[in-house]
Amino acid sequence: MTIKIKDDKPFLRDTSKMLWDGEPAAAEVRDISPHVSFAQITSDVVNSLENPRPIYWWAIAICVFMIGVGVACEFYQYRTGLGVSNKSNTNVWGVYIASFVFWVGVSHAGTLLSALLHLTHSDWRKSVFRYAEAMTTFALMTAGLFVLVHLGRLWQVYYVMPYPNERGVWSNFQSPLVWDMFVIGAYLTCSSIFLYTGMIPDLAVFRDNIHDGWRKKLYTFLAMGWQGTDRHWRNFRVAYLTLSVYLIILAVSGHSVVSSDFAMSQQPGFHITSFPPYFVVGALYSGNAALITVFIILRFMFRYEQYLNMDVLRKLVRLTFALAMIWTYLHLIEMATVWYGHDTAARDQLYFKATGAYAGWWWLFNFLAIVCPWVMAFRRWQTNLPVQMVLSLLLNVGMWLERWMIIAPTLGHSHYPWTFDFDQWPSFVQWGILFGSFGWFSLLILIFCKVFPAVSMYELKELAYARKMEAHHAPVGEPATKGAH
Amino acid sequence: MSIANLLQNWSRYRDTHPYGGAKPHMGYKWAMAIDMDICTGCNACTVACYAENNLAVVGKEKFLNGKSMHWIRIERYWHDEQDPTDPLQLAAYRASGAGKHFPDQGAHFLPIMCQHCEAAPCETVCPVGATNHTQDGINSQIYNRCVGSRYCNVNCPYKVRYFNWFNYQDPATENAWPEPLNQQLNPDVTVRSKGVMEKCTFCVQRLRAVMVDARTEERLVREGEVQTACQQACLAGAISFGNMLNPDSRVGKQWMEQGVNIALDVQVKNERVGDNTPKRGYRILENLRPYPSVMYLEQVRESAV
Repeated sequence: MTIKIKDDKPFLRDTSKMLWDGEPAAAEVRDISPHVSFAQITSDVVNSLENPRPIYWWAIAICVFMIGVGVACEFYQYRTGLGVSNKSNTNVWGVYIASFVFWVGVSHAGTLLSALLHLTHSDWRKSVFRYAEAMTTFALMTAGLFVLVHLGRLWQVYYVMPYPNERGVWSNFQSPLVWDMFVIGAYLTCSSIFLYTGMIPDLAVFRDNIHDGWRKKLYTFLAMGWQGTDRHWRNFRVAYLTLSVYLIILAVSGHSVVSSDFAMSQQPGFHITSFPPYFVVGALYSGNAALITVFIILRFMFRYEQYLNMDVLRKLVRLTFALAMIWTYLHLIEMATVWYGHDTAARDQLYFKATGAYAGWWWLFNFLAIVCPWVMAFRRWQTNLPVQMVLSLLLNVGMWLERWMIIAPTLGHSHYPWTFDFDQWPSFVQWGILFGSFGWFSLLILIFCKVFPAVSMYELKELAYARKMEAHHAPVGEPATKGAH
Repeated sequence: MSIANLLQNWSRYRDTHPYGGAKPHMGYKWAMAIDMDICTGCNACTVACYAENNLAVVGKEKFLNGKSMHWIRIERYWHDEQDPTDPLQLAAYRASGAGKHFPDQGAHFLPIMCQHCEAAPCETVCPVGATNHTQDGINSQIYNRCVGSRYCNVNCPYKVRYFNWFNYQDPATENAWPEPLNQQLNPDVTVRSKGVMEKCTFCVQRLRAVMVDARTEERLVREGEVQTACQQACLAGAISFGNMLNPDSRVGKQWMEQGVNIALDVQVKNERVGDNTPKRGYRILENLRPYPSVMYLEQVRESAV
């Protein structure tokens, strides 16, 4: 395979400095440097297909190992029975359902960036939304795996689908799990189509810049004969806008339906009216934190310093902080409703979370998810990469614990005191499968970024052009790009 | 559920009250009453259930780990939050003169099995419709339809559903019935496979046998014609079971005595005007309104008299 454009950009050699330096001229860069040329954007993204840093291959190896651990655990569980995951007749759910909710949550940030911020014309999203949208698709695929892992008889999972059969037996449409199946299926389908549709102009650029090998065939097929004519662009814009509007509805209803798995049941601690908005915002929050993690990794691994720059990171961090605060509010509201409610079982449940067997984890999650995001409020930390890396991981640990704290203490402390069960610590099988799911998700992301354009070339070119025009037409004596707006 | 059901009968789902109204019971409504004043807590019912329904014996370790399969269990409740095994606490309690206590009085106990709720929370949440209400008022469980999502257990307020965490079918696996003990399994009852939910069925295999006989003779099942295994084994006769719609049945009389308007399923208890007889009947977690089919008659304790 030959790639036309060679790596001849001097700024790339200075990346180590740019990577760890606090703010590389962030004051002058608004979203993207106005000095970036179209050819440079093309060459940078095309080059990302060929020469990632060596750490990329280490990361692939680690991911494969993690998947191996998960698959081994699942194989053992499949053969022996779900009992090896150490659940009980009281704690029937556990890490699997918590992780399912977590991964559906991670998927939501992609939709926020690619669809919602597209509608609001937030330009800064243009360098990050592509890999965010890929994260949506892959996180949903990971979440789907947890449904399979969780089922007692996963070989009968097709019973959940309303397929025509001679017995006239259908799935039970009253059950929130069936709603789940529909909404997650629709969301996965639409987000894949949306991801692919948005990539078509970029795939055509790949097709035109690569001359042989499997990549040429792949991109030629996927670009679907894109020529970049006016008519193509017009149809493309309409299709993209339509899909983005549809996807927003799906994302909001998606996690609302996931929350009704809990809110529709009468288990104290689950039966809470405010769960749907609480879940949706929590999803956006944890998803954005995950975006920051992947942002920093991709920036280094694929040498995207020019595009995934500090100004974009600052805006991403601010968005995450805002979402964290909304989530905190809804979290407090949820506790307040339980507190003021007359349901003694639910109130005991709340006391139990704060003081019972899981109190340590509950307070840890509250600290991580409510207190830690305040670091993001400080301007000096907003673009500090090591700080943001650690912080975004901590926030996601906190948000995973949040999901686990919704499930484990709640099931252990239900209406019926005889069945209280506080010491079902998940076995290595559950932890192993959770571990493997992170490997699976990361592997998909890494492969995607190596094969497809992880940042959107055509939108970056639009952005660079806009910034260049702004600089060109700026009044004399006044810097055109004066900080972030 | 089929397309026809969805299109035609959707609005009929629980639009009326479970008893009476538009939902006929085909002349049967199986129900139970347990008189706690008679119950001695001897556990014979639990043993009988194990024998009748092929319940897996999981062993001490799994039992303590919450993986037991007893469809009917005897729950013990001590009077206070004190530890009855602690001699210091016990001595202090006796010295305080606060009344009789363990071991002077003993524990409260409660046999509990699936309550066969008329508006069962478990039925609505099953994604595949593996648990349903039969027309004779039983909450049925279809093992070969169950996919093991365990949502029914989450929504069951009594937590009387038991999941097959391991394979208890195959004699080669741990805790299955070893040869030749598998010969004693009840041939009328399925041995459940790995990954399905199970629970008390009111001994549906016995019910169906007598109902088929009765239908052949074009009559309803008579009182006393069928017993559940737990009822049969109860030496004190604390458990009564039968067709509640039969006015001659013991269980029907017991329910009536407790002031339950069966047609409306409203329990007026002691508030009924002009009726000053004290009522002992209660149904567990009645406030959640699942309309359980098991009535408990309260135990009268010496200390309470």
